[in-house]
Amino acid sequence: MKRTIKVANLARVEGEGALELIIQAGRVARANFSIFESPRFFEAFLRGRRAAEAPDLTARICGICPVAYQMSAVHALEAILGLAIPAPLRALRRLLYCGEWLESHALHVYFLHAPDFLGYPSGLALAQDFPEIVKEGLALKKAGNDIVALIGGREIHPVNVRVGGFYRTPTAAEIQSLLPAVDNALAVAQKTVRWVAGFKFPEITYDYELVALRHPQEYPLCEGRLASNRGLDISMEEFEAFFAEEHVRHSNALQGHKQSDGAYLVGPLARFALNYDRLSPLARQAAQEVGLTPDCRNPFQSIIVRSIEMVHACEEARRLIQTYQRPARPFVEASWRAGQGSAITEAPRGILYHRYTVDDQGIIENARIVPPTSQNQKTVEADLCRVAEAYLHLPDDELTHILEQAIRNYDPCISCATHCLRLTLIRR
Amino acid sequence: MGKRLTLAVWKFASCDGCQLSLLDLEDHLLALAEKVEIAYFLEASSAVAPGPYDLSLVEGSITTPEDARRIKQVRRLSKKVVAIGACATAGGIQGLRNFADVTEYIPIVYAHPEYIKTLDQSTPIAQHIQVDMELPGCPINKYQLLEAMKALLQGRRPRPRAESVCTACKRLGHICVLVADGVPCLGPVTQTGCGALCPAYHRGCYGCFGPKEQPNTASLAAQFRRLGVAEADIVRLFRTFNAAAEAFRLESLAHEKND
Repeated sequence: MKRTIKVANLARVEGEGALELIIQAGRVARANFSIFESPRFFEAFLRGRRAAEAPDLTARICGICPVAYQMSAVHALEAILGLAIPAPLRALRRLLYCGEWLESHALHVYFLHAPDFLGYPSGLALAQDFPEIVKEGLALKKAGNDIVALIGGREIHPVNVRVGGFYRTPTAAEIQSLLPAVDNALAVAQKTVRWVAGFKFPEITYDYELVALRHPQEYPLCEGRLASNRGLDISMEEFEAFFAEEHVRHSNALQGHKQSDGAYLVGPLARFALNYDRLSPLARQAAQEVGLTPDCRNPFQSIIVRSIEMVHACEEARRLIQTYQRPARPFVEASWRAGQGSAITEAPRGILYHRYTVDDQGIIENARIVPPTSQNQKTVEADLCRVAEAYLHLPDDELTHILEQAIRNYDPCISCATHCLRLTLIRR
Repeated sequence: MGKRLTLAVWKFASCDGCQLSLLDLEDHLLALAEKVEIAYFLEASSAVAPGPYDLSLVEGSITTPEDARRIKQVRRLSKKVVAIGACATAGGIQGLRNFADVTEYIPIVYAHPEYIKTLDQSTPIAQHIQVDMELPGCPINKYQLLEAMKALLQGRRPRPRAESVCTACKRLGHICVLVADGVPCLGPVTQTGCGALCPAYHRGCYGCFGPKEQPNTASLAAQFRRLGVAEADIVRLFRTFNAAAEAFRLESLAHEKND
């Protein structure tokens, strides 16, 4: 019997994973996707730290999406303070987050995922035959990093995000300087959509429960309600009443599941399905051009969705740059009071939940962090079973490759995604 | 062209950010790949060439019995080992466990402590094997990484970089946040590499590049106390990404006693 556990989660998700698939009498008996990255105990050492330190401390969970951790942290803490963030500061946060989406998606599309479809071991190997394509991918990634570095101070673990806003806001001229790179990135992103849509995709689809934020006007980043294609419609604060995690023997990351129905999927495929009507005009146009609709349920096609989201991130970034007005003050403030606050933001890989309890001095009493990859673990395992069942006839090396690819569909983390897999195939 | 230098990149307990710095060298990456054969880099390639390797970059700290064994294997396979980042050079943020009882940590995160194998200390790479060079930072500076690799390629010593964030900050002409705003800043005791980033963004340095050589942490802490910073907050200031680095560790312990 499986136990449903409602305890704090380990947030470290990227790192080393393994897969064990057992095939018995021509059927897949078990697929285990394990994360054996060593525990780092973030929720434990956050206790007793100042809440104001949370954005800098939790950023260190992930070097690929530190902005996502900073955004979820500040929104959860601002919920405790009841702080309303003025529109210009909110816009600057959106621009920063667009930069991270762009940097993270470009890395995955060009360096981690595309090589699978084209038969290369890496983006660098791909570059030997297609240098121009990879150079464009690097320009796309760099445009994202330039945004993060300008607003945040540096690409990895930016220093400028704080509860209430920023330590320093960029001048209008500094923000305008981003425009040429973003314009170029937009054109490359549009091209990328056409390029990846031409790949050959395994015909695997499944009727997932797709979970993402949904905002009344915007493609979601930091605000909205949590929605699914099966009618879920809850506030962020209700997350833990509907979703739980369990600790399984084969993984050092807790596995997320929905209390009533089990596995669910977060990330680009879910966002696209639930928020298609909120995409920027050029992003929607790019989707239409390649015939991708919100009905897409093929996890292998997530590479097209990521590329469409890059078009969106570039177009949204361009809009935010063009309308940028330097905020009157870099941050807003309030005195700490005891309370609990939670927030969900859309990290590149899907929803990232933070919840903090603080005392009246602003000291953290309790923290809980639920990253997207732990939420997708169960779905990854189910996909592995489905993909293996469909390709059982393949020899071991080809089957192994397509199973690795099935994991990379989720961009679970950079090192998992590329190789991760000490894959053991047992045929009995 | 002679035989290309072979490069391996290894990950231990970390966030992946320092090895990502290699891929973040966007403008230099393809040129670098021409000079260096990337023989083992799971973050970037599924093709793995067997060792030995000319150069191993090691990210992350040692926190499990298995990793303590694995790092010895890395040393055997590598001509040169460079430890990259605060985790590999000082134990990283997960080094905060060194000040606590890890058996109390586990149940806060995990329902089944019996599934978890971990050491009670997070330790830097140099505590386990001989390391040829250390690059500090949380994260490292990607240009320092490039310079270190170039130096090794050319068989020379890398350019020295022994000054404090404070000195770099003065040279850049930033307004001193400690003096002008009374904001606690670790710049005087932290080695540079970031280019005095935090003061440039109007906040105090939080020490992510770790202690400089012979830092006068006690004098700086006394200054913090004069600013009205509580003892518990002085402990927190010294206890972040390089908490287990000796100078910061001792200073934080001194204030924990006073608290």
